[in-house]
Amino acid sequence: MTTKKEPIWIARDLAKCSGCRKCEIACSLFHENRIWPEASRIRVFMLIPGVDFPHFCAQCEDYPCVEACPVDALSVDSKTGAVLVDKEKCTGCAQCIDACPGRVPHMHPKEKIILICNLCDGDPQCVKVCQEGAWNVLKTVSRKNYAYKLYARTPDEITRDLAVKIYGEIGKDFI
Amino acid sequence: MIFGYAGKFLEVDLSTEDIKETRFDDDVLKEYIGGRGLAAKILWNRLGSRWETVDPLEPENILLFLTGPLTGFFPGGRICVSGKSPQSNGVVGSTVAGEFGIELRCAGYDGIIVLGESEKPVYLFIKDSDVEVRDAGHVWGKDAKKTVAMLTKECRELLKSRFPRYGEWKEPAMLYIGPAGENKVRTAVVAAKWTHAAGYGGYGAVMGSKKLKAIAVKGTGPLPEVADMEKVKKLMQRVCEDVYEEELWRRWGTGAAGYEVGAKTSSEPIRNWQEEWHDDKSFGVDKFENRFWIKPYWGDFGCPTTCLKVAMVKDGKFKGAITDNPDYEMQAYLGPNLGIFTPEENVFLVSLIDDLGLCGIQTGNVMGFAAELFQRGILTREDLGGLELKWGDAEAFAALAKKIAFREGIGDLLAEGTYRAALKIGKEKNADLLSYAVQSKGVSIGAHGIRSGKDYPKIISYACSVQGGDHTSTAGLPLDWGGSELMEIFNDSGVYCNFNTFGVPRNVRFQFYKAVTGLKLTRKEWCYEKALRVLQMQRALLLLGGPDLKWNPKIHDDNPSRFYEPLPSGPYKGKTVNRARFQKKKKEYYEAVGWDENGVPSSEVLRRLGLDDVDRTLKKLR
Repeated sequence: MTTKKEPIWIARDLAKCSGCRKCEIACSLFHENRIWPEASRIRVFMLIPGVDFPHFCAQCEDYPCVEACPVDALSVDSKTGAVLVDKEKCTGCAQCIDACPGRVPHMHPKEKIILICNLCDGDPQCVKVCQEGAWNVLKTVSRKNYAYKLYARTPDEITRDLAVKIYGEIGKDFI
Repeated sequence: MIFGYAGKFLEVDLSTEDIKETRFDDDVLKEYIGGRGLAAKILWNRLGSRWETVDPLEPENILLFLTGPLTGFFPGGRICVSGKSPQSNGVVGSTVAGEFGIELRCAGYDGIIVLGESEKPVYLFIKDSDVEVRDAGHVWGKDAKKTVAMLTKECRELLKSRFPRYGEWKEPAMLYIGPAGENKVRTAVVAAKWTHAAGYGGYGAVMGSKKLKAIAVKGTGPLPEVADMEKVKKLMQRVCEDVYEEELWRRWGTGAAGYEVGAKTSSEPIRNWQEEWHDDKSFGVDKFENRFWIKPYWGDFGCPTTCLKVAMVKDGKFKGAITDNPDYEMQAYLGPNLGIFTPEENVFLVSLIDDLGLCGIQTGNVMGFAAELFQRGILTREDLGGLELKWGDAEAFAALAKKIAFREGIGDLLAEGTYRAALKIGKEKNADLLSYAVQSKGVSIGAHGIRSGKDYPKIISYACSVQGGDHTSTAGLPLDWGGSELMEIFNDSGVYCNFNTFGVPRNVRFQFYKAVTGLKLTRKEWCYEKALRVLQMQRALLLLGGPDLKWNPKIHDDNPSRFYEPLPSGPYKGKTVNRARFQKKKKEYYEAVGWDENGVPSSEVLRRLGLDDVDRTLKKLR
C-alpha cells in the first residue's frame, strides 16, 4: 500500500476475482452516487461463468488514449498518474476507445462522455472494497514499472487467457 | 411512485408476441413488496377464480420473473421465479442468484410477466426498453454450457453492431433452460451461470412448455432511486462486516455439510433416506477443496459471502466435470442419497445435472426413489431399460439422469417427479409406493432431515409449508422467529440472498426496506399482516390445486412416512418423529396462522387480512 502523494497503479490478480462486483458498486456510488454497473469505471466481465475479472484502465506509460483525443479532453493527472476526462471538452467521439490497446474506455450510458478510471484522486474505492473482503484482486501500489501497458487487453483476449488458466484446455470450448 | 422500484413490469405474450408495460398501484407494491409476495398476488388476481383448471404446463399458466425493491441493494442479488408450479400445483417463490435481477432493474423493469406459448423455440432479448422475441431454434436442445456460450456471443454481437461506439459490451445476464426444461420435466430448473438454479417449483418445465429457451437482459441505467442513499450505504456495509466476521460460509460455502450433516446432526439423506447418518471421511470438505476447487471464492452481485467455489475434476474418468462447490444440497442428493461417497463422482453428477438443466434436489430425490425400488425388486433391470441401478454406481445414475431429461423409457415416468412417479409406477406395479416417496405436496424435501431433531428444520417444517419440501421456506413457530416461513417470505419478496441474513440481526432487513423505499415496516406488521396475507394466498392456491392432483390437508399436511421410521444407525439411532407430538405442533401452527381444523384458512383470518375474495373462493373447501 502506498500513501496518496505519489503516482499510483492498481495492481491486479484477475484470476482471483470472485465476480462479486463490489468494485462496480463502490465505483458508481463514488462517482455517480448511484449503484450503476454500466456507469462504473471498472467493469466486471463474465463472458464465461467462473471467468470473472475487472476490466479497467491500465494507465499505460505512453497514454495512447490521451494522444488520440482530437479535442484535448483527456489529460494525465500529475499527482496520481491517472487519465482525467474533461467533461466539458469530451464529445464522445470514441477515438480513445480505438486507441486503447485494451478497448477499456466506454461511453457513459446516459451522457455523451467517455468513462475512464481516474484513480479516485489517489484513493481508489474499488481497491478498498476488494481488500475489505480479502479477495485481494486489486491492490494499490506505487507507480514504478513499465509493463503496465501489457495489462491493457480486450475483454475477449483476457477471457481466452483466463479460461485456459482456470479450466485448462477445455476452457477454449466455452468461448 | 415508491422509491426503490423501477416502476414498471414487462409483459410478454408469447402466443401473440405482444409486448407491453404493466404497472401496479403503489398500494399493491406496499402490501406485497415484490418477488414471492407479488407473485402470489398476480397469480391470485389473474388465475385465482379458475385455478383448479389451469394446467401448469399449458399456455394459460403465467410465468413470472420478479425482483424486489431490495434487489441489488441488499448484498447478494437474486431473482424470484414463480407461476403455477407443475410440482405442487400451488405457487412457489423460487429464487436464483446472479445478475439477472440487477440488469433487469437497470433496464427499467421490476419484473417480467410471460403469458401464452410460442409456436417455435424463442428467447427474449432485452436491452433497456428495446425488447424482442428472437428465434432460439439453434440453441434448442443445447446443454447449459453451450446455451450460455452461444447466446452470450450472439447478444454481444447484436449490441456491438447496434451501438458500435459504446465501447466493449459486457455480457447480458441470462436465465435459461436445458434439455430437461424443453422436455417439460417437472424436476427442471430455470438456470443461470451454468450452476445456479431456481429449482423448487419446477419452473424450467413451465419455461419449456412456453418454448422460451432463455431471457437475456442488458440494462444500462442505474438501479432505482432510493429514499436514503447514505443509510443504504451504511446498511450494506453493516451486512458485509457481519458476513466477514462470520467467515464460515465464505470459507466453505455449504460444502462442509456433506460430511457434517451426516456425521454430526445425522440428518442427511442416505440411500433415499433409509439412513441419515454417515461418518465417511472420504466425503470431507477438505477433499473437495484440495482436489477440485479451482476458484475459492465465487459469488453474485454485491455478495460479501461469495460462498460458491468453482470445482473441476482434473484427472481420471470424470476429467473435465465442472460445477460449483458442490454445495451441500448437491453433495447430499447426488452423493450419499445415491450411495455415492466419492467426491469425484459427486462433482461429475452435479456437473451433468447442471448441463441437462435438472434440479439436483428433485432429480436426486427421484433417482434415489427409483434406486430403492430397484433395491426392493419393485423396479427391474428391464423396467429401467437395462440399467443396474445399484447404490453408488455414478455412471448408472448419470444414464438415468439423461433418461429423465429426455423422457426416455422409465425416465418419462421419473420426469414427473417423485410423488407423481410413485403414483404412476405404483399403478403399473399395483403397489403403494408412496412410502418410499420423500416429499411434501409434490415437492421433494431438501437435504435436511427432522428425525434426529438436531438440524434446523422442525417436525412440522415441511408438512405445513406452503412450498412443500422447500428447505429454504420451512414452517415454524413463533411466526416472527428468524427461521419462520413468514421471514423467508420477506427474503423472497425483497428478493435477495437469505445466506446474507445469517449472523445479521433480523431487523436489519426492515431497516434496509425503509432506507430503500422510505416506508416504515415493523417485523410485527410484516409477520402478522403482510406476510401472513401472502401465506394465506399461497395456502389457498395450494389447496385449490389441480388439475391433475389436489391436496387434502388431513392427509397431506404430514411428513413422508419414512420420517416416522426410526433412524436405523448413528448417534441418534432409534429416534423418529412422534406422531402425537407432530399432531400437537401442527394444531398449534394451524391456530397461529388461522387455519381451521381442516387446514383451510378461516373466514375470520381472511377477512381480517382483507382477503374476502379468497374467503369466498375457499368456501367450497370447507
